[in-house]
Amino acid sequence: MAKAIVEIKNVNKFYGDNHVVKDLDMEIYEGEFLSILGPSGCGKTTTLRMIAGFEQQTDGVITVEGERVENKEPFERNVNTVFQSYALFPHMTVHDNVAYGLKMKKVKKAEIAGRVEDALSMVRLEGFGKRYPAQLSGGQRQRVAIARAIINNPRVLLLDEPLGALDMKLRKQMQIELKNLQKQLGITFVYVTHDQEEALTMSDRIAVMSGGVLEQIGTPAEIYEKPTTKFVADFIGETNLFEAVEAHVRDDGTVCLNAEAGELTGADPRFSAAELVYLSVRPEKTLASESPVTGFSLRGTVRENIYIGTVVKSTVVLQNGQEIRVSSIAGAPVPAAGSARYIHWNPGDAVIIHSKSNTILDLMDSLDLGAYVAGGA
Amino acid sequence: MQDRHTFRKKTVPLITMISPVTAWLILLIALPLLYILVISFCGTDDAHNIVFHFTLKNYAKLFDPTILSIYSNSLVIALLTTVICILVAYPFAYIMASTTPFRKTLMMIFLMLPFWTNSIIRLYSWRTLLGTNGYVNLLLLKIGLIQQPIEMLFTRGAVVLGMVYTLLPFMVLPLHTVIDKLDGGLHEASSDLGAKPVKTFLHITLPLTAPGIFAGSIMVFIPCLGYFFVSNLMGGGTSQLIGNVISRQFKEAFNWPYGAALAIMLILITLLLVRIYTKTGGKIDDLGVM
Repeated sequence: MAKAIVEIKNVNKFYGDNHVVKDLDMEIYEGEFLSILGPSGCGKTTTLRMIAGFEQQTDGVITVEGERVENKEPFERNVNTVFQSYALFPHMTVHDNVAYGLKMKKVKKAEIAGRVEDALSMVRLEGFGKRYPAQLSGGQRQRVAIARAIINNPRVLLLDEPLGALDMKLRKQMQIELKNLQKQLGITFVYVTHDQEEALTMSDRIAVMSGGVLEQIGTPAEIYEKPTTKFVADFIGETNLFEAVEAHVRDDGTVCLNAEAGELTGADPRFSAAELVYLSVRPEKTLASESPVTGFSLRGTVRENIYIGTVVKSTVVLQNGQEIRVSSIAGAPVPAAGSARYIHWNPGDAVIIHSKSNTILDLMDSLDLGAYVAGGA
Repeated sequence: MQDRHTFRKKTVPLITMISPVTAWLILLIALPLLYILVISFCGTDDAHNIVFHFTLKNYAKLFDPTILSIYSNSLVIALLTTVICILVAYPFAYIMASTTPFRKTLMMIFLMLPFWTNSIIRLYSWRTLLGTNGYVNLLLLKIGLIQQPIEMLFTRGAVVLGMVYTLLPFMVLPLHTVIDKLDGGLHEASSDLGAKPVKTFLHITLPLTAPGIFAGSIMVFIPCLGYFFVSNLMGGGTSQLIGNVISRQFKEAFNWPYGAALAIMLILITLLLVRIYTKTGGKIDDLGVM
């Protein structure tokens, strides 16, 4: 698993003055399903297009199977792309669309026919060869686009938000099919998406990007349970985020922190006194009790409880106005709206995120002084 | 609503429902055409007056070898003009569709600017350039490429040049429309699947822009058959077109019935070409105003 098939080393991409990909370092392993996840404009599609060859990096190195690709045109690279808009050739039948890549490589006609049939059956479109793209539904077009790419036996398949245009139900179905297809083919999938649920369910690993920077790369569980940046903690799933200063280590090894809302407790092997950190606790790990708990001074009022089948989502408003989300399994006792509660958690369930650098500017940024200054001006 | 509708149907005479546009079309196009059709079956007396008795002799004269050679000459010139227009207009339209909005506007202005001047005046300027004592010959003589002035004007080549010059925008515009609509993702997909640029052009770009080539060809080919003034100015009578013969029958020979028959034949050829165009999947709307 650990053998890298695509290596991205220190890659930057500028569009004019616009720095869209910043010092990107990433290894994509052979046979894995890697998602590049991030909000729009985070540089994920640009990264994919640089691997495909549609964009040239401003500097840095990209290798595919150990070979540098910066001087290779897309048609010289052993990767294929499934486009967001499908980009099917409207004047060609499904068969001709799928056969296109083989025809360009001058594969014999008899062989092409057989391989097209195989590719179409792989995406469950047997018998659709004679139709034109305009005669297909969105989901079927998507399958043709996938068949057209995988028939070339690429070492890496690049998918640019391929399910973006499909409705929810079809999306879910295609997610499972894509995952199965990837297992069946055993090739590397690089999947660009802004949908975190999609990334979490399908991927072996997820690379989270924001503002052109790779925030974190890891398994879905690592990304969800051990976010290393504030952005990842906030972006993936729901979380309760506290900005806090590390105070001291208690006798039991836990760390005492001071936030605006009050005193908190977490576990942090990298403790450094007076450092500004973020503490993130998932709603399902957050507890609300009737009496104060040692190590915490977060008192709040229950504003509402929302029942959504398997869980009940409660919102507790702390005295400083911060809203805390608490999920509890349906059936467990739920605090009545308006009642007072004390928020706490098992110190091991909280993730403490250290800032990468502690420059004054970063600090100002995180304290939102910038907005204050701008507002005052 | 339904009641009022039937009321109107029953009481308002049909004639009042004819719109001004319909009236305009009937008066200025349908009636004159009908008149041309009628007199094409008539004869003339010695004083060139139209005599209303049915005859097919005007149509029989169309198959005269001289006239047939003029038809074939017209078709050859129209075909040459169309091919050259495609070759010149395609790259022009392609660049126009892929450049920045500012340059696109600039190119469009330069394309349309000559239209604000009468085309006959513009053709006269070509005569100044190409004549025996014209600037092109003077330049070539000066730099010593030629010893004697070349006879450039009054040749078939000059007629084709004039036609291309006059009709080029009619090829560029429909081409630009289809090329502009082309999804850039298709080029990327083709390249991604292993096609070199030439193959992408042949397999993707060309087939998808073919409707524009067809539309432009119709827009260029048909006027080419009738633009007698181009042949007069640039060909000086050396290259006879159908349009020249028709114009002469009306203006000099005063044989209107024969001219009418020639004109009807030209209309039939035009309709045939448009028919072929629509039969092969072309859309009338793509031609714009014909």
